[in-house]
Amino acid sequence: MIKKALGVICAGLLTASMASAVVINGAGATFPYPLYLKLNTEYQKATGKQINYQGIGSGGGIRQFTAGTTDFGGTDAAMTEKEIADAGGDVLHIPTVMGAVAVSYNLPGVKDIKLDAGVLADIFLGKIKNWDHSAIAALNPGVSFPNKPILVAHRSDGSGTTDIFTNYLARVSTSWAAKVGAGKAVKWPVGVGGKGNAGVAGVIKVNEGAIGYVELSYAMENGLSVALLKNRAGKFIRPTLDSTSAAAAGALEAEKTRKMVNSGDFRISLCNAPGKDSYPIVGLTWLIVHKNQKNAEKGKILKDYLRWVVTTGQKYAPELLYAPLPETVKNKVVSAIDGIKI
Amino acid sequence: MRSAGDAWFKRIAFAFAASIPVLLLAIIVLLVKQSWLSIHTFGAGFIISSVWDPLADEYGALPFIYGTLVSSIIALIIAVPLGLGCALYLSEVSRSKTKEYIAVMVELLAAIPSVVYGLWGIFVLGPWIANVVQPFLRSIFGFLPIFQGPYSGLSMLSAGVILAIMVLPTITAISREVFNSVPNYLRESALALGATKWETVKIAVLGPARSGIVGAVILGLGRALGETMAVTMVIGNRPEISSSVFAPAYTLASVIANEFAEAVSDINLAVLIELGLVLLFITVVVNGIARLMVWRLTSKVKARP
Repeated sequence: MIKKALGVICAGLLTASMASAVVINGAGATFPYPLYLKLNTEYQKATGKQINYQGIGSGGGIRQFTAGTTDFGGTDAAMTEKEIADAGGDVLHIPTVMGAVAVSYNLPGVKDIKLDAGVLADIFLGKIKNWDHSAIAALNPGVSFPNKPILVAHRSDGSGTTDIFTNYLARVSTSWAAKVGAGKAVKWPVGVGGKGNAGVAGVIKVNEGAIGYVELSYAMENGLSVALLKNRAGKFIRPTLDSTSAAAAGALEAEKTRKMVNSGDFRISLCNAPGKDSYPIVGLTWLIVHKNQKNAEKGKILKDYLRWVVTTGQKYAPELLYAPLPETVKNKVVSAIDGIKI
Repeated sequence: MRSAGDAWFKRIAFAFAASIPVLLLAIIVLLVKQSWLSIHTFGAGFIISSVWDPLADEYGALPFIYGTLVSSIIALIIAVPLGLGCALYLSEVSRSKTKEYIAVMVELLAAIPSVVYGLWGIFVLGPWIANVVQPFLRSIFGFLPIFQGPYSGLSMLSAGVILAIMVLPTITAISREVFNSVPNYLRESALALGATKWETVKIAVLGPARSGIVGAVILGLGRALGETMAVTMVIGNRPEISSSVFAPAYTLASVIANEFAEAVSDINLAVLIELGLVLLFITVVVNGIARLMVWRLTSKVKARP
């Protein structure tokens, strides 16, 4: 009796596992995780194919992809040439959406402060220590700043948000580039570290005079007060989805970026992009796949999924507070996906 | 039949017991293997260097070792008197129903997840420490360098206080059990000799329970050394050795939790795993010292005529 029951159960398990034999697994960046979760659900509804994505962090995503434990990875920081070589050399970066980094602060009664690259870098370098510094006042005529020390808050965990933010600072400030540099975790000259967006926002919330950076979507959802940043055209821009998309369009005006995109290399930087409406601290997030797929069945599904993500899937981005890819880039990305060999 | 059962019981029990050292050994072997690149590259200098720059691939463990030890010591300074006092009240002083309620609440403290402690630390405890505790300490002990510098809710002191609250249930519950296990005839003898309540507690409870108290404190210390989430949220995560407890600091467990997910380069990963090895080593040393203390205390008691 028991044996018979066991046999039935075993048979059941076997057929169940055979039915869902092809599952595409991916892991990586946490920043786009909520979006991918939504996309994968919608994709499964539309096609019946199952795609898994785990938000374990960009570093872990690249490691697992390199080790071959996942079919694709997700990262906020483009892989370096060495990392690509370690992963077999045939890595394609597929941009999915864009994110922006907002500078948030806590000064009761002071709204919409304006900052430029030099002042922002000096604050995070610890050169500007107090809110009543003349450099801040010069950018904000008519605003009276309190005589309060500035408390810098940054991410303590390695993060793509930190990568985008420090890339921006390194690009606009030579002393930041020389002293600190850019990466997912850096040696901060001043300040305290909070874990995750929530940690940084928490530090800002309870400390008057604090300033820090968080993902735009997080700042929007929680209604944090954000600073307007001066872009390359000299305008002060509020971080929004529109000014994020504008940055992508602006970045494509540059000759070098256009060349990269045309050659199918989408590891472009959107930091400090030209264009009068461009917000300056913007970055892409990518899915990483092999250009030569070894498993034909998986490769076919993966190609179809990626094509869906950068076309139909884009409509889910704005409601989850991600900026969708500009039309001009989309077509290039689709043809790069079509070039994946199975 | 019975002897066969006994033999099997013996074998199975042995297998279960042996699994503990095997597990520990497996963990050590793995840590050493995975951190070999870092051990090989930095050698002993890793322990005494205080530079932490992942971009330049320069790593030193000293600020984290310092932060781990100091935050745990602060926790013990606060939690040991509190925990022992609470345990004494529960086992020796109170005869009323209130003690049952207090005992339940102490156990509830242990059941709160550490991330909840961390959130409470950021939004409630941190500001209170920065606005009330630190000004008070500085106004009285301001001449000591450890109580100087600007006030901050994200500090070594906040981490120590959070840890104190988290280890309090461990210390209280275990010492209460230890006090309860002291035979009653000791108390009765002391009372019969004319000792007051406090003298009875001192001679007949605290004395014989010494080794058990050390055990309770060590278990608490073990939790404090390894606690990750709550500490990460309130300590400020700054890899610097500061003389002041008002300044932000960093612990071994925190830096591993913070940087492990995004570490890409082999050396970065190896360094983080070596920090884990260092933490394990510190825990082993602390436990060793505790063992020695317990042995010395118990042998002293026995040596008495």
